[in-house]
Amino acid sequence: MKFRGPLLTVLLAGAFGLCVGPFWWLAMAATQDDKDVFSWPPKLLPGSHLMENLQGLQESIGLTRVLVNTLVVAGLQTVGAVVVSVLAGYAFAKFDFRGRNLFFVLLLSTLVIPDAVMLIPIFQMMMDLGLIDSYESVVLPGLVTPFGIFLMRQALRSMPDELLDAARVDGAGELRVLWRIVIPVNRPIIAALALFVFLGGWNQFVWPLIALRSPEMYTLPVATATLQGLSTTDYAQVLLAGAIAAIPVMALFLVLQRQFISGLLAGATKE
Amino acid sequence: MSLAPSESAPGGAPAVATGTPAGRGGHRRPGRARSGSSRSGLARPGRRRLLTRGSVPYLLIMPAVLGFAVFKAYPIAASFWISLTTGNGDARQFAGLSNYRRLLDDPLFWTALRNTALILVVQVPLMLGLALLVALGLNSTKVWLRPLWRLGVFVPSLTGLVAAGVMFSVILNHDAGLLNWVLSLFGIDRVNWLGSPYWARVGVVLVITWHYTGYNAVMYLAGLQGIPKELYEAAMVDGAGPVRRFFAITLPQLRPILLLTVVLSTIGTLQLFDEPYVLTGGGPDNSTLTVTMYLYNNGFKYFDFGYASALAYALALIVSVLGILQVRLMGERR
Repeated sequence: MKFRGPLLTVLLAGAFGLCVGPFWWLAMAATQDDKDVFSWPPKLLPGSHLMENLQGLQESIGLTRVLVNTLVVAGLQTVGAVVVSVLAGYAFAKFDFRGRNLFFVLLLSTLVIPDAVMLIPIFQMMMDLGLIDSYESVVLPGLVTPFGIFLMRQALRSMPDELLDAARVDGAGELRVLWRIVIPVNRPIIAALALFVFLGGWNQFVWPLIALRSPEMYTLPVATATLQGLSTTDYAQVLLAGAIAAIPVMALFLVLQRQFISGLLAGATKE
Repeated sequence: MSLAPSESAPGGAPAVATGTPAGRGGHRRPGRARSGSSRSGLARPGRRRLLTRGSVPYLLIMPAVLGFAVFKAYPIAASFWISLTTGNGDARQFAGLSNYRRLLDDPLFWTALRNTALILVVQVPLMLGLALLVALGLNSTKVWLRPLWRLGVFVPSLTGLVAAGVMFSVILNHDAGLLNWVLSLFGIDRVNWLGSPYWARVGVVLVITWHYTGYNAVMYLAGLQGIPKELYEAAMVDGAGPVRRFFAITLPQLRPILLLTVVLSTIGTLQLFDEPYVLTGGGPDNSTLTVTMYLYNNGFKYFDFGYASALAYALALIVSVLGILQVRLMGERR
């Protein structure tokens, strides 16, 4: 077994290459001229067309506007879903109330229902409210996330009751307990949830594809998919759009990976 | 809406009179032991009347209940109603189960279901098997640079489906794709990944596997690290070899997390939409048409909401039945 360490290392390095290699190629392809995207052998070093491709994207999909849309949608969704999840998670974790278990089970059982079931009624609802093609139409349906509420419940349950009671005995109102104790104590896991929701909002595709109609409201994934569907597609631009969608997320992950992984595991392993 | 003062709060809790000596500190209600202690403390009398203890949980839960009612419960119910109707827009007519009967006779539905099932049966075991191997590797203390590899394998799962889709639509290109180029280095002929029915399915499976293996591996890794070392030590004292230890300790200890990943992956794959939408558009020859994609086409291309809703319910039924079966087969036996 003397070679087990090196052997495993080589195998894992191979897995690493398979996982990360495509991103390297994507980043390089995004800097090529359109005709060089499909050259043989593939270009694996930086090209000189990054600025041209950026300019092209600005003209074809309105890159800055699309980025702003994506940020606004993902940002609003993050704030909203985190607030809803923290409040509900706190109620589930630390209070007793009528309908508590029933609602919790109902909430979790929606996880097995395909999102597709809800698309059509929500679409009709948004039409009736005149919200189609607005930020609200994209953000609102995503504010209640069973996953987020579950994650918060799990996290807040492990908080000692004595901590809360001490504050209450000292005369703190419930809002104050929430704001001054519950949230600060659980900041890491709340940050993890915010990351997950932001990531989901940044990447979401099917619902915005349905809810958004005009190109100036498109989010990055919708604009990218639309661009790819055109017959005159400049593939260097499409790949640059893909890179722009993928790379900030990875950067965010690199900076905050500790929160990320711990959040993922808190949801998976507790209880 | 008016906020109930604690005296009239629903829940059948004996009203805790704010500010009375009996209510202060230490007062515990009998029964409902789990969160009893959280009710023992009280807000300062006279302040914040709206947030007395009885109404607090209802206020906290209200946004979630409202959102749930409007964006989950109502759509789920409405969708079932729509599945029983035909017609367009507001001119819907009740049609009983005719959409469901149509579904049973629709060859394209069966094609979509067969494609989805095929991808499920091949992809989920492949991905979870690989994820387990990667996790075992990452868990070995003999491996150098572990954090780097862990990071790398997790990164694909951060990528959005569209970004991954456009990336792989070029990587899997027949004439000049990266994958065929890499294969050519090993002397393997070009594969027509997205152009032939057979290889298009393989391509979709490859992309999903690339996308989610690392995520599952990290989950397994956490599970592995939660297994008490004493179990392995005891087994080694008893003379159990590595294979025996894997099957007698590792797998059973991982069962809860295995179950979780199997159920989540199954649900995810049954709802498969984005990858084929971006990579193949369901082709060639409908070989990668999935149920969700067919549903999308019916609903948002042909605007046949009744039929699309029936498809959605059929899918929900399949997902729940499979989910329940998996939990039954793999869950804890008590």
